[in-house]
Amino acid sequence: MIAPALRLTGIEAFYGTAQALFGVDLEVPAGAVTVLLGRNGAGKSTTLKAAMGLVDVRAGRVFVGTRDVTGAPAYKVARTGLGYVPETRRVFGGLSVEENLVVGERVGVAGTVAWTRERLFDLFPPLAGMRERLAGQLSGGEQQMLTIARTLMGNPQIILLDEPSEGLAPVIVQQIAATIRTLAAEGLTVLLSEQNVRFAMHVASRAAVIERGRILVEGPIADIAADEGVREAYLTP
Amino acid sequence: MSFIVVQAITGLASAASLFLIAVGLSIVFGVTRVVNFAHGSLYMLGAYLAFSFVAAFGDSFFGYLAAMLLAAIVVGGVGAVMETSLLRRIYRAPELFQLLATFGVVLVIQDLTRLIWGADDRFAPRMPGLDGSINILGHAVPQYDLFLISVAFVVLGGLWLLFRHTRFGVLVRAATEDREMVAALGVDQRWLFTGAFILGATLAGLGGALQIPRQAVGLSMDLNIIVDAFVVVVVGGMGSIIGAFVAAVLISELLAFGVVIFPQITLVLIFLVMAVTLVLKPSGLFGRPEFTTAEDRRNPDPPLRAGQGLSRIFWWSLLVIGLAAPLAVGDFAVIVLTEIAILALFAASLHFLLWGGGLITFGHAAYFGLGAYGSGLAVFHLSMGMAPALLMAPLAGAAGALLFGWFCVRLSGIYMAMLTLAFAQIAWSATFQWVNFTGGDNGILGIWPSAWASDPVVFYYLAFGVCAAVIWGLRHAIFSPFGYTLRATRDSSLRSAAIGVDVTRHRWLAFTLAGAAAGVAGGFFAFAKGSVFPDVLFVSTSVDGLVMVLLGGMQSLAGPILGAIVFTEIETELTRLTDLWQLFLGLLIIGLVVVLPHGLAGLSALIRRRSS
Repeated sequence: MIAPALRLTGIEAFYGTAQALFGVDLEVPAGAVTVLLGRNGAGKSTTLKAAMGLVDVRAGRVFVGTRDVTGAPAYKVARTGLGYVPETRRVFGGLSVEENLVVGERVGVAGTVAWTRERLFDLFPPLAGMRERLAGQLSGGEQQMLTIARTLMGNPQIILLDEPSEGLAPVIVQQIAATIRTLAAEGLTVLLSEQNVRFAMHVASRAAVIERGRILVEGPIADIAADEGVREAYLTP
Repeated sequence: MSFIVVQAITGLASAASLFLIAVGLSIVFGVTRVVNFAHGSLYMLGAYLAFSFVAAFGDSFFGYLAAMLLAAIVVGGVGAVMETSLLRRIYRAPELFQLLATFGVVLVIQDLTRLIWGADDRFAPRMPGLDGSINILGHAVPQYDLFLISVAFVVLGGLWLLFRHTRFGVLVRAATEDREMVAALGVDQRWLFTGAFILGATLAGLGGALQIPRQAVGLSMDLNIIVDAFVVVVVGGMGSIIGAFVAAVLISELLAFGVVIFPQITLVLIFLVMAVTLVLKPSGLFGRPEFTTAEDRRNPDPPLRAGQGLSRIFWWSLLVIGLAAPLAVGDFAVIVLTEIAILALFAASLHFLLWGGGLITFGHAAYFGLGAYGSGLAVFHLSMGMAPALLMAPLAGAAGALLFGWFCVRLSGIYMAMLTLAFAQIAWSATFQWVNFTGGDNGILGIWPSAWASDPVVFYYLAFGVCAAVIWGLRHAIFSPFGYTLRATRDSSLRSAAIGVDVTRHRWLAFTLAGAAAGVAGGFFAFAKGSVFPDVLFVSTSVDGLVMVLLGGMQSLAGPILGAIVFTEIETELTRLTDLWQLFLGLLIIGLVVVLPHGLAGLSALIRRRSS
């Protein structure tokens, strides 16, 4: 097996004095879609934030490829080719759709520009018709598309998606699933966090289950989804 | 009718400079979340530099214009130095520390400016080519006023282009909304912050430079303009460019017409505009509400226990030393000791708000000063004796705090700091301008203790006794159920509200209580000095109090007492040695914030950690 695109070892992360992660180990293989499964508060978002340098990591290491980015500020981590799509979308509400994309615009690590505004408008056709509209006025699904598009503007090699299906209508969820498969087909490495096992099975090939800040099992998603014990104990049906 | 038009133009001309200042302050705040107190100093620096450049090569229209632009650019450079050397170190510090550090810069620039240009006001020549006036509807309007107005519109248009059509501008707007997300997208914020700060500083410098043909260049420009600018950004909404513009015009026009119609009431008018805005729309006309989670402190202090062991020994020995000291020292020292006792109470009342309630006030001098004036005016106008006049002091302090506090406690963090400052400066201006009642600049003289307390030692014991009793009362309040509730609102106003605590009411009560305590200190201060001057309400008095609290250390009730002692000693000694006291104080504040944020009380902990 080739070296993982992203590797976390022994991560302990804190919010103030409260510890959220207790030694998380996670390997994200290159070119595949990996899903981090777990319930509310299990530590999914924190794991992604820890990879990104957005939370206080007091022990453990984060590697992007072979590069150690532990403790680096978020902007430097982003420049190693890691793209982050936050859970609550966090679009810049007072900026237009186009301006949101401008903020994300960045040449990729290897000098590549795989994604342009035009390509992204092809990938997310609804956005093309509302370039001048303020992001704050978009619907939840449109905001989810915009936040993914905004991150893709930075031409990442790995993309972290924090609960991309949360709070969206079923038809939009299907679109997002299709988008994730498209990204994987483009050669992007994807790590997403999810509560929804069925959604995860649609898009991911590998899975890790997190509970109370620790990774419990890791492996091909079919095995994990088939494991009744894991499903009943740790996952939301 | 024609008169109204002309007066409106005059108002717009004043609005022009105010807009340049306020918009810079607002941009810097939007991106860095730091309210830069020294923004007014950059404005003043712009004026002084332009004055010198004009003297060198400003004898033609273009020379004069070049002089003003060069001044703005140099100030932008000063801003770059300030951002990279100081602000960068304090972006993560609590708001109070940021405000204090930038106020330290105010003091440093004050003294340096005085060293370079002298203490006297300077007068620049009028701008060649724009020194005449134009006849509008039969009234003469200065050409320069029209020029200023057009500059403001040019700047507004330029900023609009910058923020809509450049990547830098889009990033600044994005960062104003969500800095962390911008970083996660790979944007290095350091240059964004520096860039925004340089922009703000340049605008401030330009605002100052543009003023020199209209007004004298003097050392009071910095704090005068910063308070106006605070009012403008509070009314317009922090971080909003159009808000700064609208509010600058609103305030300036109010002043322009207020001066003609009813000059005494202009201050009250500004007060009313601000009050009405904040009640109807707390985040300002064009502002966005702050995230409520920002109110909750991420790392609350460990709970404070009532004094035991060492702490008990500290308080008792302080009491013993306080009682015994006058027997051992000379007359001058007794006077200094009296001042220490008074200032210790002032600092303790401020600490009660800052630490107990988490309420950041930058205008605590208002209640100290109201107490002093309460006593002073009672003696002067009502011929009261010392004892009843002293009773007026807490009443005056509490009344002021009750009124101002009603508005202030509805805000939090930086907004509250700015509003408390604005109220204090309004109170200061009132004592300054209401000459018939307060004696204005000349103050009130002849407020001496009654015959029985005229001996300095007797007066000392009186002041010490009362101040110690009030400090003990404040301490008691901290450990009462009221104090527990207050501290709960400090640590999380949301959770307190969720369990049924009326957060606003508790804060208001705390504000009033602290105002009354500061008033007591103010009353004694008046009798100790024998006079009252507007200075007691000035922002520098508030900052002195903050420095005492910071010096002693926030996390302990002994902190403010310790701070008052050390601060008064340093001030007494240093003002005897040098006239650069402000420079020293400014550097002390900056040093404290950057190096020793936990104060002297925290120093011992630091040493213990280092040595272990």
